[in-house]
Amino acid sequence: MSNTIIERPEAAPPAGSPAVDAGPPVRPSLKRRFRADQLTAWAFILPVVAYLVIFYAYPLIKNVDLAVRDYTVRSFIDGTAPFVGLANFVAVFQDPTFGPALRNTLLFTGVSIAFQFSIGMALAVFFFQNFRLSSTLRALFLVPWLLPLIVSASTWSWMMNSDSGVINSVITSFGGTGINWLTSPQWALIAVIIANIWIGIPFNLVILYSGLQNISTDIYEAASLDGANAWQKFWRITFPLLKPVSAITILLGLVYTLKVFDIIWIMTKGGPGNASTTFAIWSYQLGFGSTLPNFSPAAAVGNLLIVIALIFGFLYLRVQRKQAQ
Amino acid sequence: MSATLTRPAGARPAPGASTASAPKRNRGPRTMWKTALGVLFTAIMLFPVYWMVNVSLTPASEMRSTPPSWFPFHATFDGYTQVIQQQLPYLGTSLLVGLGTVVLTVAVSAPAAFALAKLRPRGGGALSFILIVAQMIPQVIIAMGFYAIYLNLGILNQAGGLIIADSTLAVPFGVLIFTAFMSGIPDELMSAAKLDGASTWRTFTSVVLPVSRNSVVTVSLFAFLWAWSDFVFSSTLNSGGTSQTITLGIYRYIGNNNQDWNAIMATAVVASIPATILLVVAQRYVAAGVTAGAVKD
Repeated sequence: MSNTIIERPEAAPPAGSPAVDAGPPVRPSLKRRFRADQLTAWAFILPVVAYLVIFYAYPLIKNVDLAVRDYTVRSFIDGTAPFVGLANFVAVFQDPTFGPALRNTLLFTGVSIAFQFSIGMALAVFFFQNFRLSSTLRALFLVPWLLPLIVSASTWSWMMNSDSGVINSVITSFGGTGINWLTSPQWALIAVIIANIWIGIPFNLVILYSGLQNISTDIYEAASLDGANAWQKFWRITFPLLKPVSAITILLGLVYTLKVFDIIWIMTKGGPGNASTTFAIWSYQLGFGSTLPNFSPAAAVGNLLIVIALIFGFLYLRVQRKQAQ
Repeated sequence: MSATLTRPAGARPAPGASTASAPKRNRGPRTMWKTALGVLFTAIMLFPVYWMVNVSLTPASEMRSTPPSWFPFHATFDGYTQVIQQQLPYLGTSLLVGLGTVVLTVAVSAPAAFALAKLRPRGGGALSFILIVAQMIPQVIIAMGFYAIYLNLGILNQAGGLIIADSTLAVPFGVLIFTAFMSGIPDELMSAAKLDGASTWRTFTSVVLPVSRNSVVTVSLFAFLWAWSDFVFSSTLNSGGTSQTITLGIYRYIGNNNQDWNAIMATAVVASIPATILLVVAQRYVAAGVTAGAVKD
């Protein structure tokens, strides 16, 4: 891939060379100058291209290679791994974990984003009112987003502990019965979703807030003159004008949430059973979760995840490009 | 906002008629309840952080009491003593890996961004596109590829390998942030340097980089934070050797002595220190980093 890009400056001149030969003597020197500039430009870019090829493209290709062969730990040592085509993918589709993993991935992503976005939006509108301390408080909201995920995840695990967790303590003090957040199949997924929403709110808040800053205050003043109340102003002005930013926020959220691994792994390891197993967790479980790794099916699951992430990724780029025009 | 300020005074609506623009100037007692509400929201949001600190100070004997102690009245520093005794090497590795990632990220991404922003390379658009797509690839998958490669090369469980892997989180981001920033540097500045006889490289190091200080801070900050927080690469590529990171230190704690939440939370508090410092010292860079790339304007 890099070759075609690097060769482009070289490849371009032949197409235009007849015109250069026929032109006045100034032209070739301009052309040479242009070519020298291109060479300089690419000399600056070369490290990053090499970097991408070695550390992105190659691992990804390796990953596809893993998925279409039958790799075992032995394979790494003696270098033999028979080509099996799509057998790993078929095995993954037929695996009893596939259904729950798909369902959990969709639920985890969908519910997380719905809450992160609506809470983030409400908070952005609230903090935009610029009351005393508003900017300080808004800055504090960034804390959950900046903490290492393992820190947040382990804190939530302890808060959600069945016997000694503070959440169950609050529930029982209000007369409810404690919930086995992390150890019961019907609550595990909800538990990790709650933690993930908490982590994602700051990101939504900050981006939507910056979107609000770009809406002209004149529109609100005009609406006020027309007697619009706060509710109407939000739904008739803020919400429609924030649609482009909202689309970007949600799509980025999708891409990020599909990737989420740390939180679930630390809180539940995808369990109990596979009650909170998503594709990212499943892939890791297969590849690194046991003493006998199944790299090939793990890579197959991983490739499925890439495809889903890229679909949303390209959607994001399309929306962004449309907005730029 | 500037539109409001430049409006002729007469065009302003009567006080009270506008609720959207008024709060900018009206910071009187009428907004007190909003401040109170804001404090409440922030308190709820930061409760887990408070709880982490609280548990890190709770003695082991009270750890399982019901109801849990809401305030650290009998504060103990046992957890922190354990951190100092057991986790210092992990913290050192994380610091080393974080700083290494910063250096590698800036060294690779700043020159490329300079070229993309100012030298109009052919194929630059394609490269930017690839960089955005690269950010979307799940880490777990990159880790799998790296594992296979590192196993063959025999560089598993080494800080250097982890630095390279961690930098993959930050390099695409770095190029995009630097490009956005450097595009804003006036061309006149570069032409002036050229007239003075500076080479392109010299222009980059002596003119462009110093002017781009802010974006260097933003990129370094995120590169460090991501490397410091990384768990996926640490647990896959670096879980065996002597140089393990603090995230793995916490993870081992959770796995091994499941009861000792006092020490686990103390480690978590210590592991949160860089994030806290950065938020206090460099808050505006953080906000800039979150929004950059997501919202174009």
